[in-house]
Amino acid sequence: MRVNSRQTVLTAPSFLWMLVLFAWPALHLLVMAFRPADVTGGVGAGWTWEAWTVFAEPGYLEVLWRTLWVSLVTTLGCLLLAVPVAWRISRTSVQWRSWMLLLVVLPFWTSFLIRVYAWRVLLQANGPLATLLKSMGCIREDAMLLYNPTAVVMVMIYTYLPMAVLPIYAAMEKFDPALLDAAADLGARPWQAFVKVVLPGIRKGLIAAALLVGIPCLGSYVVPDMIGGIDAEMLGNKIGQRLFSDRNLPQAAALATALAMLALPAVVIALRRKPEDVE
Amino acid sequence: MKLSRLSTLCFIAVILFLYAPLLVLMANSFNVSKYGGQWTGFTWQWYDKLWKDRSTMEALANTLKIGLCATVGATLLGTLAAWCLHVYRSPLQRLHLMLTELPLAVPDIWIGVAMQLFFVSVSWELGYSSVIAAHITFCLCYVTAVMMGRLQSFDFHLIDAARDLGASHWQVAWRVVLPVLWPGMVASALLAFILSLDDFVITFFVSGPGAATLPSRVYSMAKTSRNLPVINALSTLLIVGTFALALIGHRLMGKGTKAPR
Repeated sequence: MRVNSRQTVLTAPSFLWMLVLFAWPALHLLVMAFRPADVTGGVGAGWTWEAWTVFAEPGYLEVLWRTLWVSLVTTLGCLLLAVPVAWRISRTSVQWRSWMLLLVVLPFWTSFLIRVYAWRVLLQANGPLATLLKSMGCIREDAMLLYNPTAVVMVMIYTYLPMAVLPIYAAMEKFDPALLDAAADLGARPWQAFVKVVLPGIRKGLIAAALLVGIPCLGSYVVPDMIGGIDAEMLGNKIGQRLFSDRNLPQAAALATALAMLALPAVVIALRRKPEDVE
Repeated sequence: MKLSRLSTLCFIAVILFLYAPLLVLMANSFNVSKYGGQWTGFTWQWYDKLWKDRSTMEALANTLKIGLCATVGATLLGTLAAWCLHVYRSPLQRLHLMLTELPLAVPDIWIGVAMQLFFVSVSWELGYSSVIAAHITFCLCYVTAVMMGRLQSFDFHLIDAARDLGASHWQVAWRVVLPVLWPGMVASALLAFILSLDDFVITFFVSGPGAATLPSRVYSMAKTSRNLPVINALSTLLIVGTFALALIGHRLMGKGTKAPR
């Protein structure tokens, strides 16, 4: 009995906090998605599917589709770059490893917004990159580097890459390099050994990296907003517009619920993993 | 051999890719040219303007205030949560674990929207208090995760030993548990502080007009393309600041994990 009451008292602060400030808002959001909107920007009584009819509009399906493929391409791009980087770090002598890792992770600790802003400056019409590329004759005078989905994918890879390197490196570090010698002895070429021995060996790290990058990508707001513009809007931007410009709360809630459903499979996999896999 | 050379090239290219935009940004903060296309001379004037920009200084004060409150709240609540999750096994703790893990796995914009709608529905005015509450919520989850990792190596015999020697529960908590957990709490507080400092999306969704933080200030300045060089100066200071914090954190974390058993 005493153990139980002590448990209740000690658990109460954080439990109640998360109950009120996370669980309640989450359920409330779900409820809001099925409420009618009223003209004053508030919410009416009763139940309706009204907010969900936005997806019948062609613009929204396009945004939904773009959200998916931008996230997918970004995730693949991050994995593709992170694997050789993590490989390189794990094959370096121990004393250098933590420094190389720090070098990769350090930009990640810098403000996310500033990293995106740095690209906005770099890519702007009269900016350093445009000036350089024009002088080399690589792009036309009126070419736009900003405001397209390609720029969005590149900047998203930039912002999430360090996050992808960490779990892959952790998996590589545990990988036994003797297996590679064994593969070579059995006649595998280096590439073959890499694809058939190393990649399956670091599978857990690859999955963790894909989740760490993919889930936040689906909910992107800042990058498509600052880099992408109207032609590269994602679901997050639509949610922002419904909340801030026309104040249609049920529609914002419906869009957010749709986002949660897109992310759901990944979230379920992420939660079922043991924490030590991610570390 | 080809493989290792390729990966070396890739590593160097990625490091350039990661640092070049930041270096260009930092260089431009000393550039006379407003748009930074070309180098037209060295100047301190943007830092001077930044210093005199009242709303940015206010945003800095807001950021620090919110960051400190969120850090203290999240570290205390998160450490306690991790302790309960580590010590007790019960249905209550399974739910508790889910509540502290789920926010780490869902996109932050979703948390921002849910919280805004919640604050509005209970007529909680959007401002300092709502931003602090939101920051405590997501920082708490990170602190819990870090502290649960730390508790794995916590030696519970210490508590039995202290009890055998006649210590009360409070004495055990204060003189045995807290000193052992302290380094982990400092490391997770640092993490919480950086996360609070860095957060834009959730803050953007739950802050009212008066509670602009530095990231929201950078956002609005960048969107309206006003005072771009001043943002460069501000960003440079923030980059240097976070690099310093991260280096300290790296050393703290390193020390914690290498501590003799």
